[in-house]
Amino acid sequence: MSEQQLFKVTIDNITVEVPAGTTILQAARQVGGDVAPPAMCYYTPLEGSGGKCRTCLVEVSKGSEKDPRPMPKLVASCRTTVMDGMEVKNITSPRVKDARAGVVEFLLLNHPLDCPVCDQAGECHLQDLGYQHGSDGTRYEFKRRTFSKHNLGNYIQLHMTRCILCYRCVFTADQVTGKRVHGVLDRGDHAEIATYIEKSLDNDFIGNVIDVCPVGALTDKTFRFKNRVWFTKPVDAHCNCTKCSGKVTLWQRGNEVLRVTARKDEWGEIKKTDDGKTGWICNECRFERKNINDWIIEGPTKVSRQSVISANHYETIDKPQDTLVEVMGGRQPKMLMDIHAISDVNQPGVKLSELPGPATGKTFNKNNQQ
Amino acid sequence: MGRKLLLANDKVEGIRYYDVYRREGGYRSVEKALKSLTPDEVTEEVKKSGLRGRGGAGFPAGMKWSFLAKPEGVPRYLVVNADESEPGTFKDRYLMEFIPHLLIEGMIVSSYALGSNNSYIYIRGEYWWIVDILEQAINEAKNNGWLGNNILGTGYNLEIHVQRGAGAYICGEETALLESLEGKRGNPRIKPPFPAVKGLWGCPTVVNNVETISAVVPIINEGGDEYAKIGVGKSTGTKLISACGNINKPGVYEIDMTISVEEFIYSDEYCGGIKNGKRLKACIPGGSSVPILPANLLLKTAKGEQRMMNYEGLAEGGFATGTMMGSGGFIVLDEDQCVVKHTYTLARFYRHESCGQCSPCREGTGWMEKLLLRLEKGEGKTSDIDLLWDIQRKIEGNTICPLGDAAAWPVAAAIRHFRDEFEWHVTNAAEAQTRNYGLAHYADALEVVA
Ligand SMILES: Cc1cc2nc3c(=O)[nH]c(=O)nc-3n(C[C@H](O)[C@H](O)[C@H](O)COP(=O)(O)O)c2cc1C
Ligand code: SF4
Ligand code: SF4
Ligand code: FES
Repeated sequence: MSEQQLFKVTIDNITVEVPAGTTILQAARQVGGDVAPPAMCYYTPLEGSGGKCRTCLVEVSKGSEKDPRPMPKLVASCRTTVMDGMEVKNITSPRVKDARAGVVEFLLLNHPLDCPVCDQAGECHLQDLGYQHGSDGTRYEFKRRTFSKHNLGNYIQLHMTRCILCYRCVFTADQVTGKRVHGVLDRGDHAEIATYIEKSLDNDFIGNVIDVCPVGALTDKTFRFKNRVWFTKPVDAHCNCTKCSGKVTLWQRGNEVLRVTARKDEWGEIKKTDDGKTGWICNECRFERKNINDWIIEGPTKVSRQSVISANHYETIDKPQDTLVEVMGGRQPKMLMDIHAISDVNQPGVKLSELPGPATGKTFNKNNQQ
Repeated sequence: MGRKLLLANDKVEGIRYYDVYRREGGYRSVEKALKSLTPDEVTEEVKKSGLRGRGGAGFPAGMKWSFLAKPEGVPRYLVVNADESEPGTFKDRYLMEFIPHLLIEGMIVSSYALGSNNSYIYIRGEYWWIVDILEQAINEAKNNGWLGNNILGTGYNLEIHVQRGAGAYICGEETALLESLEGKRGNPRIKPPFPAVKGLWGCPTVVNNVETISAVVPIINEGGDEYAKIGVGKSTGTKLISACGNINKPGVYEIDMTISVEEFIYSDEYCGGIKNGKRLKACIPGGSSVPILPANLLLKTAKGEQRMMNYEGLAEGGFATGTMMGSGGFIVLDEDQCVVKHTYTLARFYRHESCGQCSPCREGTGWMEKLLLRLEKGEGKTSDIDLLWDIQRKIEGNTICPLGDAAAWPVAAAIRHFRDEFEWHVTNAAEAQTRNYGLAHYADALEVVA
């Protein structure tokens, strides 16, 4: 085979080289950090996914070296491939920020915001998205859409009210289980994930729909209400499963295995196993093997997403570098981050004593902009 | 009187049937194309004609045909879009119901040009009786050697299939249509790839509107250059307009795009003026998706010139002061109509018809509908109007398919031009429940900006 052609693409002023055929989203993920657009529906292992949620919209300010014209509309970065010399604006584009704020508002419009009773809380991509790109209130003053809960077989619960219709579970059911037991019924804001419950769900791999669901619409009934995810400890483990790779993450409390999931990468996508295939796990590993003796432990899982879940496991925590150790008499700080580094509170421009009333977030933001 | 190309003999007794249609000169274009022109020459004629797609977007048909990929050994398809579900649009129905052979004839010539041996008509489910009419016409054509194998001894084979939709507006969007035709849920596809490269069953496909394909018949009969002489500028040939609303003579009219909007509304040849001696308040000239205009901007452009009934004329002034030709669904509102209620009705339609794939359209259409209903019922706030504006702005351009835009534009245009009527619904809530805002100043002469 001839050598893979490389394209240069510049995203938020950072240039990377990627093979032809790479999407803007994947190129941006190579850069990482804020430059990677949020993706709520695209899921690398699932062919055909993406393009629907519109959170990953970016501005193409230069089409390519050959045809430098900008693209008139914002494009879904997950489904647009790069061209050589393309220039993309993500967080450097006010248009993108504005549209994304709109998309977040739309996604949350009918969402129940029942995080306190939702099993997904703490590892929910919609929560993360809301924190990072949303506003602090809603302009929606109507009754939210609700559905009743459904049991999809003995192991999975569908809480349609929380669904964002990303179609990931539909693709999973279609591609992984080879049998489409999920589909979408009806249209528009009354569309729902439907499954002919009686007909199947006996497929060995259907449990993977739980892992791909970005929100708490599909949850593991064997884990329901057992614990908050951030109190559980993720541990990599494996077993000699005959159906799947057997490579999983156990979510433990003490020696108790509360939950078993596939292993996910920093984008929340199921990792590939050594043979290069997606590491989907079978129902037996996921739902039945809850005894620590079923597993060979490899060690703690490194979680690098910045959601609440990773509070115990930060890989890149912003720790105050020097003084603290001294202050603490030589002891290393354990769970601590520098609040000043992540908030705007420490603004020399704000003179608290001169304020007519108590300071609020607005005070600082206002001063920041000056 | 304008030239009639499509509806030249629609009133002839029995034109629906093959014998009469043939006697009136039908199927000449098939003889001409198959016997004396190569497929590329047919495409060339269509290019020369300047024919623009009649389904709404107005994309040049010949150009679309020339984009069709032609890989070896892969079938190509022509799919005729007869889903016609845009509120206010009923011209394709007229063509198919009364002159079905015109569409069949156009399809044979077009399929020949594109190299399609199996062509489809995707027709909206509610037109169930027209399915029978079309199938009868196909049978007649087949029995007379215009379809099937080795047509006219040229070696060209063609079958035409009719497929009924199930009543979803979104299945008129060409990629949703293809999904539906393949037996799947009618969700629009994410583009690229475009149908010209990967369409029906993954093969190169051209999707054209019923009227577009019918217009190929006169183009081949008269020649592309002759066709292009009718009309003005990039609005060549004739266009069917389905006129409805508060007019004396609702119906389907063929215009040659050289007349003014004023003439179209008030002339007895067309709409015959506003019904019951009322005054014109507003109009949506191209089907529910295009921007509504108040009477003054409809009849005259912002420059103070007569607004013409063609692609460029209606679009004059952009969205700020103009609108679009769209599909030719001409909806007229008289002084008794309420723009707020009307906008709500449209918003309800788009909320109901959104496929729900992408978040801005799925959620935004429902939100707009609720706000408009609240305003209409006199329970709204002034800030709702700004909120509506912001919502439509965040839907427009950010969705997979143009239904999002189609839902946003009517709301945007209504607020742009009728904002005081919306405000009146808030400030005079009780009164708004008992009477309409009326004509107000919407027909007043505008100050002409130089
Ligand atoms: C929501 C939606 C509905 C549409 N409905 C129709 C329709 O009913 N009939 C039609 O011809 N085109 C319809 N279109 C336009 C088609 O996508 C496509 O542009 C057209 O069939 C192309 O044909 P033309 O080039 O001959 O106009 C629709 C588009 C959208 C976005
Ligand atoms: S249930 Fe979850 S995975 Fe399925 S469409 Fe809804 S949000 Fe997506
Ligand atoms: S814009 Fe609306 S109709 Fe079109 S794909 Fe998106 S949700 Fe579906
Ligand atoms: S991730 Fe690209 S549109 Fe959803």
